[in-house]
Formats: sequence, structure tokens, C-alpha cells
Amino acid sequence: MNIAKDHTLRTLTIGLIVVLVFGFVAADWLRFLVQMSLATFLVVLGVMLQMRAGLVSFGQGLFYCLGAYVAGMAGYFWGITDAFLLLFAGTAACVILSIVLGFLLVRYREIFYANFSLALSMILYGLLVKAEILGSTDGFNVPYSTFLGFAPEGEALNISVFVLTCVVVYLVSLVMHRYLRSTYGYMGDAIRQNEIRVEYLGASVRRVIHKIYVIAAAISGLGGVFTAIAVGHVDPDLAYWTTSGEFVFVALLSGTANVMAPLVGAFLLELLRSYAFEYAPYTWQMILGMTMLMVILFLPGGIWSIGAKRRTEN
Amino acid sequence: MTKLLAILIDGSIYASWVFLMGLGMTLIYGVMKILNIAHGSLYALGAYTSVSLIGFYYASGSYPPMLGYAMLPLAAVAVGLIAGLLIERGILRFMYGSDEVVMLLVTYSIFLILEDVAKLIWGVNPYFAYQPYGLLGTVEILDLIYPVYDFLLIGISLFCAVFVWWGLNKTRVGKLLIAVIHDREMSMAFGINVKLFFTVTFVIGAAFGALGGAVTAPKVSVVPGLGVEVIVLAFAVVVIGGLGSIEGAMIGSVIVGIVRAATVHLLPELELFVIYGVMALVLAFKPHGLFAGPEVRKI
Repeated sequence: MNIAKDHTLRTLTIGLIVVLVFGFVAADWLRFLVQMSLATFLVVLGVMLQMRAGLVSFGQGLFYCLGAYVAGMAGYFWGITDAFLLLFAGTAACVILSIVLGFLLVRYREIFYANFSLALSMILYGLLVKAEILGSTDGFNVPYSTFLGFAPEGEALNISVFVLTCVVVYLVSLVMHRYLRSTYGYMGDAIRQNEIRVEYLGASVRRVIHKIYVIAAAISGLGGVFTAIAVGHVDPDLAYWTTSGEFVFVALLSGTANVMAPLVGAFLLELLRSYAFEYAPYTWQMILGMTMLMVILFLPGGIWSIGAKRRTEN
Repeated sequence: MTKLLAILIDGSIYASWVFLMGLGMTLIYGVMKILNIAHGSLYALGAYTSVSLIGFYYASGSYPPMLGYAMLPLAAVAVGLIAGLLIERGILRFMYGSDEVVMLLVTYSIFLILEDVAKLIWGVNPYFAYQPYGLLGTVEILDLIYPVYDFLLIGISLFCAVFVWWGLNKTRVGKLLIAVIHDREMSMAFGINVKLFFTVTFVIGAAFGALGGAVTAPKVSVVPGLGVEVIVLAFAVVVIGGLGSIEGAMIGSVIVGIVRAATVHLLPELELFVIYGVMALVLAFKPHGLFAGPEVRKI
């Protein structure tokens, strides 16, 4: 038997170095684009984790928004600007909320899971839109970040945020890759294929889904914090259902086979978005929609499956 | 007292509006098991079409003003037939048999496409068609002034509800449709043309969605993004009542309408929150909604 070698670790490390070097030489807008796609990637990874277990979350924006708002509020109201503290706070808030909500959500499958997660994220949206203290629909600005007492300004700040984003995304990808290759990671796949069989084999489906939900929430929260830090502004649209829909789009487009798949997908989306806004402002959603239809029809495994197919044929 | 009355009237108006949206959505789900996100786009298309038709009608000037109301159902039927047929025949029929979640994603892509189709046809500037709204004047109920048009809306909604109920329960076609809802394969075996039923249902459902947009158009300025928020509202109504249940959609819209009107008058900060709060609450205790029948296990 020929077991394919796993090059993910190597590719990721090379990727990190390339992106870091690139970050120092690239133009501002391009670096920002990479940074945003890395933040999006984290949320998409959360969606993808759930998708592997056959669960489509149409409300991952809930944790994306929560992470961003917690980070924003910590800076805005309590003057906490340390990026590490913000990351911790945002993630912790998401973990706590997801543990509680998880008890409700684990009972749902298929379309009901999608509906319920959507309802939950819209609740947050509804609250934020009417919260005048948080700027209602306009949201509010997030103060500049500091790093363990080090407070860079201007270009140095941008570079610092960029490096931090890259390193954290790298670490998260490594951990998630290990996780997906572990017994627990494969359990998600098993649940999608046959839930009853998993129960008969002695595992608790609910507990597995609960864990997946919490992990997905934690990394989505991270993505939210990075977005808040990078953009310097948060608003309720982060929790709107179309935002969550975009994450589902990327997850679907990329495929669920490997952690690197959404990395590619998220970058493509950000690239498409920034170009489409300029050249095709009235048709870019149409392009998204058609791409999605094509992927669903002809490429159910996502973009990643093109490469994977070639690899197995070799 | 006035406040209570205001809540009741506002609630009924809002309820009748969301019911029109929920009706088409729940009908399509009940028959085809497709949770149609593109329903919001059909609403937007309906609104745009009716604005254009009304504009044409009144611009010509020589016809009786009251006949302008005929433009509203006309727009709905036109959108239902054209967009509904295109979507069902052009895309959906290739996907029958897929998972419900896959169908959800398919309709989501259709929604994205239609959003831009509307922009390409009508541009991004707002449109207005105030004539039908102003034509009927206002009515005063205990110091509260309401446009008569809003009551017309309640009438249309009730008419649609009765029409669907009658169609389903009192006609031969309706009974056949109920058979399809309960067991697709068995009805196929009995010789019912299920595919035809799917097409017709989708067109009717789409027309209801478009009608919702068409009757709303005179009340608002028609702009891009109109359908986006409507989807989640219709979603809430349908999910609260139970996917695929017409009575459920009715109860769901009354609940949403009254609850929203009550918060708007008493606690305006919670206006949006409360709708989704109710939806989550219902889902937490009755995941299949208030009125969905027990799921039949098939072997």
C-alpha cells in the first residue's frame, strides 16, 4: 500500500516564511489584503470543521463578530490595547458562549443546524444594531494595538500586526492540521458518514459535535479579533447573515480535505473582492454566485479536490 | 388603550406583510423540501417590476387611476412566471435529490446572482411609486391615522391565505399536491406527475414572494439590497411556524407581527432582537417549529 506523504507541515512553514518576507516588501494594500484573507481563513476554518461533520453553520458570523467586538470594547472602554490580551479575551468570550450554546445546538442536524445558528447570529446583530453605546449600525473605532508594552506607530505598527497575524495563523493551522489527523478529527468525518454507527462504536456524537462547535467558535473569534485590529473598526454587519454566507461560500469553494484549502479559498475571495469592486461593482456577487453553483455542480470536493485527484492518480 | 390598539393594528399590518413572504417560502419547502433563500430576491424583483409597471401606467396618464392597482398582481405573476420558471427549469431541476443543505447553498448562490441581475436591469438608484399608496387616502381610528392602503395589504394577505387553503383542501389538484408532500415516491408510483407539480409549486411560490415585493413597493423606496433583510424575516416566520406548514406560517407571522409591534411601541431598542429571539426560543424547544407534523419514518 502506498500511503501519501503529508507535506502540509513543510508547505505551511515555507508559506509562513514566504509570506513574512513578502510582507516587508509588498505594497501596503497587498499586505492588508493578505492580512484580511488570513483573518477570513480562520473563520472559514471554523466553518470547514463543522462541514466535515456534515453541519453547515449559517451563523459563524456570531463568533467572528463577538471576537471583534470584545477586542474593540476592551480597547475602547477599558483601554486594553495589548494585542495578546485582546486575542485572549476575544477567544475566551467565544469559547464561553459556544460552550453554553453548544448544549442547545448539538441536538440539531442538517437544515435545522443551519437555521438555528443563523438565528443566533441574527440575535447578536439585532442587539448591536440598537446598542447606541456601541455606535449602533456605525459601530466604533478600535484603538491602535500594542505588543507587550511595545507601542509601534505608523508603518511599524502595520508590520507588527501583520507578523503577529501570520505567526498565529501558522500556529493555529499546525494545531488544526494535527487535530484533523487525530482520532477526534476523523470522528467528524465519521459523523457525517454515519452518525448511528459512531454511537455504536462507543463515541458520543453530541460530545464530539459540541467540541467541534467550541473549537470552531474559538478560531472564528481569533479571526474576528484580527479583523478588528487590522481594520481598526467594528460594526454589526460582522454578524449579519450575508457575512456568514460568505464564509460558507469560501469553505465550499475550497473543500474540506486539508487546512490549507481554505487558506487558498480565503485569499481568492479577498482578491476577487478587491478587484471586482473596482472593475465589476455590479456583477461581482453574480460572479460569486455562479462560481458557487459551478462548484456545487461539478466540484463537490472544492478546489482542493482538483489537486488531490491528480496526486492520487500519480 | 390607544397604544394597545396601535400595537394590534401595526402588528396585523406587519404580520400580513411577512405572511405573504412566508407563504411562498413554506409552500416551496413543504412540497419540494427546498429552503429557498432566493425568495428574498424574488421579493426584490417583484418590487422593482411593480414600480416599473406603475411608473409606465401613470406616466401614460390617460387611464383610470384605480386600475393602477392591477399592476401589483400583474408584476407578481410576471416575475413568478419568468424568474420562477427560469430558476426551476434552468437550475433547480438538475439538483433534485440532493441534501436539503446543498439545496440551501444552491438557492443562496441563486440569491447572489439575482441580486446583481436586479442591479443590472434597474441600476442602483432608488425608485418610487407612491401613487397607489396615496390614492386611497387615510382613515382615522381613535386618533390614530392609518393609510387605507395598509388595510388593503391585510386584505390581500387574508385573500392569499384563504386561496391557498381552499386550493389545497378543496380542489383535486390540491389533494394530489398533499399526496406529493406526504410521500413523493408513492405519489409518483400512483401516476402523479411530480415534476410538473414541482414546477407549478415553485412558480406559485415565487409569485407569492414577488407579490410581497409588489405590494410593498409603493410604501418604500425601492433600492438594491431590498431583499436581503426580508429573507431572514420570512425565514423567522417560516421556522417559527414549522417548515412547510401553511397554518404555521400564519401563526408565525401573527406572533412576529404582534411581538414586533409591541416592542416597537414599548421597548424600541429591542425591535430586531425580539424577532430572532422568538425564533431561537421556538427552535430551542420545538426544533421543527410550532406546527410541523411529526416526522414519518420511512424504511
